[in-house]
Amino acid sequence: MTKIKSLNDLRAIKASVEAKMNLRERSDAPEKLVQVKVAMATCGIASGAKAIMDFMVNELDKRQIPAVVSQTGCMGYCFAEPTIEVTVPGKEPIVFGYVNEKKADQIIEKYIKNGELVEGIIPVNYESIESK
Amino acid sequence: MATFKMHLLVCGGTGCRASESENLFHNLRTGIIQKGLENDVQVLTTGCFGFCEKGPIVKVLPDNTFYTMVKPEDAGEIIEEHIIKGRKVQRLLYVNPLTSEKVEDSKHMGFYRKQLRIALRNCGFIDPENIDEYIARDGYAALGTCLTEMTPEQVIELMKKSGLRGRGGGGFPTGLKWEITRASKADQKYVVCNADEGDPGAFMDRSILEGDPHSVIEAMAICGYCIEATKGLVYIRAEYPLAIERLKIAIKQAREYGLLGKDILGTGFDFDIELRYGAGAFVCGEETALIHSMEGFRGEPTVKPPFPSVSGYNGKPTNVNNVETFANVPVIINRGAEWFASIGTEKSKGTKVFALAGKINNVGLIEVPMGITLREVIYEIGGGIKEGKKFKAVQTGGPSGGCLTEKHLDTPIDYDNLIAAGSMMGSGGMIVMDEDDCMVSIAKFYLDFTVEESCGKCAPCRIGNKRLNEILEKICKGEGSMEDIALLRNLSNVVKDTSLCGLGQTSPNPVLSTLDNFYDEYLAHVNERKCPSGQCKALLQYWIEPENCVGCTACARNCPVNAIAGERKGVHIIDQATCIKCGACMEKCKFNAVFIK
Ligand SMILES: Cc1cc2nc3c(=O)[nH]c(=O)nc-3n(C[C@H](O)[C@H](O)[C@H](O)COP(=O)(O)O)c2cc1C
Ligand code: SF4
Repeated sequence: MTKIKSLNDLRAIKASVEAKMNLRERSDAPEKLVQVKVAMATCGIASGAKAIMDFMVNELDKRQIPAVVSQTGCMGYCFAEPTIEVTVPGKEPIVFGYVNEKKADQIIEKYIKNGELVEGIIPVNYESIESK
Repeated sequence: MATFKMHLLVCGGTGCRASESENLFHNLRTGIIQKGLENDVQVLTTGCFGFCEKGPIVKVLPDNTFYTMVKPEDAGEIIEEHIIKGRKVQRLLYVNPLTSEKVEDSKHMGFYRKQLRIALRNCGFIDPENIDEYIARDGYAALGTCLTEMTPEQVIELMKKSGLRGRGGGGFPTGLKWEITRASKADQKYVVCNADEGDPGAFMDRSILEGDPHSVIEAMAICGYCIEATKGLVYIRAEYPLAIERLKIAIKQAREYGLLGKDILGTGFDFDIELRYGAGAFVCGEETALIHSMEGFRGEPTVKPPFPSVSGYNGKPTNVNNVETFANVPVIINRGAEWFASIGTEKSKGTKVFALAGKINNVGLIEVPMGITLREVIYEIGGGIKEGKKFKAVQTGGPSGGCLTEKHLDTPIDYDNLIAAGSMMGSGGMIVMDEDDCMVSIAKFYLDFTVEESCGKCAPCRIGNKRLNEILEKICKGEGSMEDIALLRNLSNVVKDTSLCGLGQTSPNPVLSTLDNFYDEYLAHVNERKCPSGQCKALLQYWIEPENCVGCTACARNCPVNAIAGERKGVHIIDQATCIKCGACMEKCKFNAVFIK
């Protein structure tokens, strides 16, 4: 990594990564990437999030669905771990709870491929600072 | 193959189910099939929307329509009007209570959500092991602004104006603490992050470090700039391996980018951070004990003053702040003091993260604006009490706090109100109790903890808490007297008044607060030798109802201590002296003959 030597350097990095992240977040990206975030804090890992992350990475790859799978921190829905957030291009992110391999398989086959939702959706229950 | 064009999400949370959301779901689904739309429209249940008082809720995707208080008989109209004709059912739309306007699209009704994520803004959003994602979300911009555009005095002034108070328990104004540490002159000063988090059931700080370690690193550097420190130390318990791992990665990445180290952003400011590991003693969360532990001595508190801000680590001025306190700092600088001060109550600004646990449906990590009521937390965010039982109390502040009861349900939660109600904010554990919890046993549970965790340096805490615990045990066994209750109160006050550190000064709080709020439960234990919630085993007796007993011998065969006598086909009897109250007989009896007295 190159050093950030000034505030301007920092802003440049921000602009470049922001664009990259937006590609992933915003669904109208030409690549049509599916984005999957796995909540990997202690609570998630204790209930099997690691295995689910591996499963998603391998299966999406095997089924040739262009996707980015990344880890993230606690989403706060500890009662429903493991939780994952799936963003399909053109759609709002959706959080699924109690994800095991079977559920993960359904999420890929039904939701990601066909847009059919599966049981276990957890409504986002907080406001972010952007809206405040 | 079905490709759905629309989705109807019906809330399946406990609150909504109590108001017939299952019938609503059924009606929607059959309605859709009747119209032959089952390949176009999918109906399914979801978890709680956290809006239970306006339930049942139906959300329509992709247009984000949010219907409230939908009755099973409304299903037809929703299908007929909204799905087939594309016209929203106006009378079911959510009405904004502030403007009395109907809200067409849930994207414009963020305000209904009771939670606001400031400290947790990046948790569950960014990859904590990737500094670029933090930077993309305004990360290190606050540090940049401070170093290049503001003097330390200006930053401190801004922190003071924001009204941020310490989230580690005490609630001391953060800006003021920085100012005091800045005013202490020395050749070396330290910034310490308290990540000891020892309250049973609390995991707010761990979650922040696991989900957004850079926010703490950035804030520590800002604090260093303000107080003229070049060294930061994070004191973290070794039981948090994932948080440690992520912090290490984050520190490494920040160094590689030059955001830690020498001459940060070309401004000549040097700052670096090291980790120190704690062995997990509760008392080591107390700042003086924490400092001694970092110095390699026993983790025992010392008398304040001198405060760490005057003489702390290695005798140098040291600014100790909690993880969550730090996590708030960068946002405050980016968005301004006025913004932060606009959230919360008069004397408690911003939000607080709570670990919601116990007999509640949606156990988890929540962040709410100060001033929210317990009722909103329990019934709207928490989804209500498990199995529809009756709410009894909430314990806040862990072993230093007390219980809030029914009468506090509508009290706005902030530092001062919690203290006035006989509890405290603490670091943010929130344990919900229902009708089955015995409050004397709860007090004893916390005393067990403090007796175990007392460092033993001073007599009131070491001996006093032990005695308190013994009296509670006596009462739970049904051997207590009214004098014991009086002694409990007296001794509690002595321990509070004479202990050296915060541990002993607050450890009797669970006792005092249960005495205040649940005095009749103590009386029942003492006068009637009964535990009203049936938790204290010593006060239970298992009996066999002769009318129901058919003499099947199932109980006698399963009793592990052979306490049950009786002939085959004859009435059985439990010998109370031998019975160990395991409940096996009650479980095995098919004729409901065993009962608890
Ligand atoms: C027994 C005891 C345990 C404490 N444990 C913690 C802790 O785990 N984490 C914490 O941040 N503060 C804890 N504190 C409070 C610290 O002493 C100190 O006030 C706090 O770290 C200051 O940071 P703040 O102003 O940001 O809250 C504890 C205090 C006492 C008396
Ligand atoms: S009050 Fe308790 S924990 Fe604190 S110094 Fe005294 S004995 Fe130790």
